[in-house]
Amino acid sequence: MAHWLNVPLLLIMAASGLQILVAYPLLGPQGRPYGWYPFQGVSPPAWARLGDWLAGARHWHFAFAWFLTLNGVAYVLYLALSGEWRRRLFLPRRDTRNAVDTLAFYLRVRRQAPAQGLYNGLQRLAYTGTLALGLLAVLSGLVLYKPVQLGALTALLGGYDAARAVHLIVLALLALFTVGHIVLVLLHPRTLGEMVTGGRKPDA
Amino acid sequence: MPRHRLLTRRTALLGATALTTSACDSSRPREGFLGAMERFNARFQAALFDPDRLAPELPPEETTPPGKFPEYFVSDTVPLTPGNWALRVGGLVARPSVLTLETLQRLPRTDLRIRHHCVEGWSAVASWHGVRLSELAGHVGADANAGYVELRSFDAGYFSSWDRPSAFHPQTILAYGMNGQPLTPGHGAPLRLYSGVKLGYKMVKYLTEVNFLPEPTGGYWEDRGYEWFAGV
Repeated sequence: MAHWLNVPLLLIMAASGLQILVAYPLLGPQGRPYGWYPFQGVSPPAWARLGDWLAGARHWHFAFAWFLTLNGVAYVLYLALSGEWRRRLFLPRRDTRNAVDTLAFYLRVRRQAPAQGLYNGLQRLAYTGTLALGLLAVLSGLVLYKPVQLGALTALLGGYDAARAVHLIVLALLALFTVGHIVLVLLHPRTLGEMVTGGRKPDA
Repeated sequence: MPRHRLLTRRTALLGATALTTSACDSSRPREGFLGAMERFNARFQAALFDPDRLAPELPPEETTPPGKFPEYFVSDTVPLTPGNWALRVGGLVARPSVLTLETLQRLPRTDLRIRHHCVEGWSAVASWHGVRLSELAGHVGADANAGYVELRSFDAGYFSSWDRPSAFHPQTILAYGMNGQPLTPGHGAPLRLYSGVKLGYKMVKYLTEVNFLPEPTGGYWEDRGYEWFAGV
């Protein structure tokens, strides 16, 4: 239940965030835009935006940020309390070799799939990476919301303008993961029902 | 999994969608569900606000290059100081006053070089000098029951109102100078509000009036749907 709720919540946050970006579609300090950002001055397309205008989009963004954060906190608590973290999180010592072998198998460098339980090392790496991205999205968002009151966090992320870039890069990576994730699920439709309903408890 | 539970979830989802589309009106973000969440966020922001926390003072090399600090006003052309300009200070005060720029400049001066955060997402840095709003409040004997401060301007009726803790913050000043020079018309001459603890649209330029009031009175952008508290 908590899992698929991420999809509408992420969509609302992404689309209202892109509408906010339209008000100033540049990255970097005023008068010194970052050289590495390829879309300086380019507004995101209208179909990807929510909120109509800056004030509307900000209200959407700051209203639904709470629900996405709560959903994330609930998931982390579930991982921690149920012991599921042992099976789902990427633990470098245990999973690095399996992740590399799985990647080699997918790239057809290796003939046989490495042994795995419910999740392989590469999956664990991807899901753990998403959790880290979610955390970074919340932290950089808090800096943009309260750069002075949360001054220590602002300094940690390299300042207000840097946090704005981090926030947008995190969105791009999360979007990439979500699209890849959904494509993989559609290629293996059997997993979809279990993701939505929570599914049955496997024994593995 | 039992079928009736699936239906319940589908109904819940449909209900949530219907509620979201009807209660979230982007053109009226201060009403409905978005408005309720904004009132919650305003309380959250006020609770998070620490009157002793200062915006970091920045070194001169962080200063935004000349001409790159945006100049916003709502009139069609840049508002120019009327010949007989003076600041009227009123509301719940012991000594309602009309103060000339010279009088204000004789009050203790505060200098700041801090980051400006615009609601649009850009930031910029300049140094500002002027007199603390709390200093002015002492000068006119503002009442302790004045929980809000209203600022009015000669820029086509532009105004805003502030909560007392933010208005009395040591980095909230009535600025008459920028980067060591008197204010230019583009930056709000002859007198503007400047602060390290609010978004740019709260910092009223081209000031004409400061009123210490028992209630908030909204603002130009606030009445059009932007957040009223708008702290940073």
